[in-house]
Amino acid sequence: MARPGARVADSKKINSELFTLTYGALVSQLLKDYENAEDVNRQLDRMGYNIGVRIIEDFLARTSTARCTDMRDTAEKIQSAFKMYLGVNPTVTSWSPASDEFSLLFDQNPMTEFVELPDSCLSLKYCNLFCGIIRGACEMVQLEVTSWFVQDSLKGDPTTELRVKFVKKLEDAMPAGED
Amino acid sequence: MADDALFDFLHMEIVSHVTKSDAGLLQDGDEAMSKLEQIGYSTGYRFIERLTKDLSRFKDELEVMKAICKDFWSAVFKKQVDNLRTNHQGVYVLQDNKFRFLASISNSRQYLELAPKYLVFTCGLLRGALASLGLTCIVTAEVTTMPACKFQVHLQRA
Repeated sequence: MARPGARVADSKKINSELFTLTYGALVSQLLKDYENAEDVNRQLDRMGYNIGVRIIEDFLARTSTARCTDMRDTAEKIQSAFKMYLGVNPTVTSWSPASDEFSLLFDQNPMTEFVELPDSCLSLKYCNLFCGIIRGACEMVQLEVTSWFVQDSLKGDPTTELRVKFVKKLEDAMPAGED
Repeated sequence: MADDALFDFLHMEIVSHVTKSDAGLLQDGDEAMSKLEQIGYSTGYRFIERLTKDLSRFKDELEVMKAICKDFWSAVFKKQVDNLRTNHQGVYVLQDNKFRFLASISNSRQYLELAPKYLVFTCGLLRGALASLGLTCIVTAEVTTMPACKFQVHLQRA
């Protein structure tokens, strides 16, 4: 019989574990479907993109945040989104001299808590979903960015580093046939 | 909570990924569904372990099912199962009147035929969780009116 005192502990933690485990099951299914890790990376990025274009709306609605004035502003927003959705607090560092490129450093990453990569998956970018999410979310607020992993603690690097680079501002494009 | 949205979106993406082939064609076939179920199964199998690690052993099958309806359902779907019925011969029916993965789809009959694929992951989740607790079963699901649905668990007795 279940002890009444020891009820399911921390619902926040449970939530994030459910997400982590589901994501892990997805990645392992993808690895079975595509033999090539590059294809898996691409799929994860694409799925992330689809999530990104939707989650930005959720983010804006929850935070009622204002327009960003520069990339530093954007970096701060992305950082707070990580805090909000995943409960991690990445550090924003390594700005390029032109302030159009920065890194997010993750000292802990709940996504990889239960993960160990076998030697056969060294080219897999396990968290590539994040890159897609950032790209998709920024695109919906007229910012074209690219993002990629520079370091990954799953592969023995000392930390996990995600780089984000500003490409250009997108102009509002009218759909063809409308004035 | 904010991270619920993330999980909802991930689930949508998983469903859309397995039901779309590379050519962008829809495939609703058994293969896609069994993949989806498999993803659910391995998630459920591991998740229930994390969830019940501080609980003591369940005394019987009914108790396991009650824990599934309460603790497991609340952890995954933010609510408890609305109705649990059993024939006392190894068949359990779990009814959820406002199922999380259907809640954001229109309540009309328009999308009724698309609904089942949003239940398959959960069928796997249930089967995995029960397997981890030592019960082998088959889980099927049905929707009659949105967003309510029923999961039928057939325990396989050795």
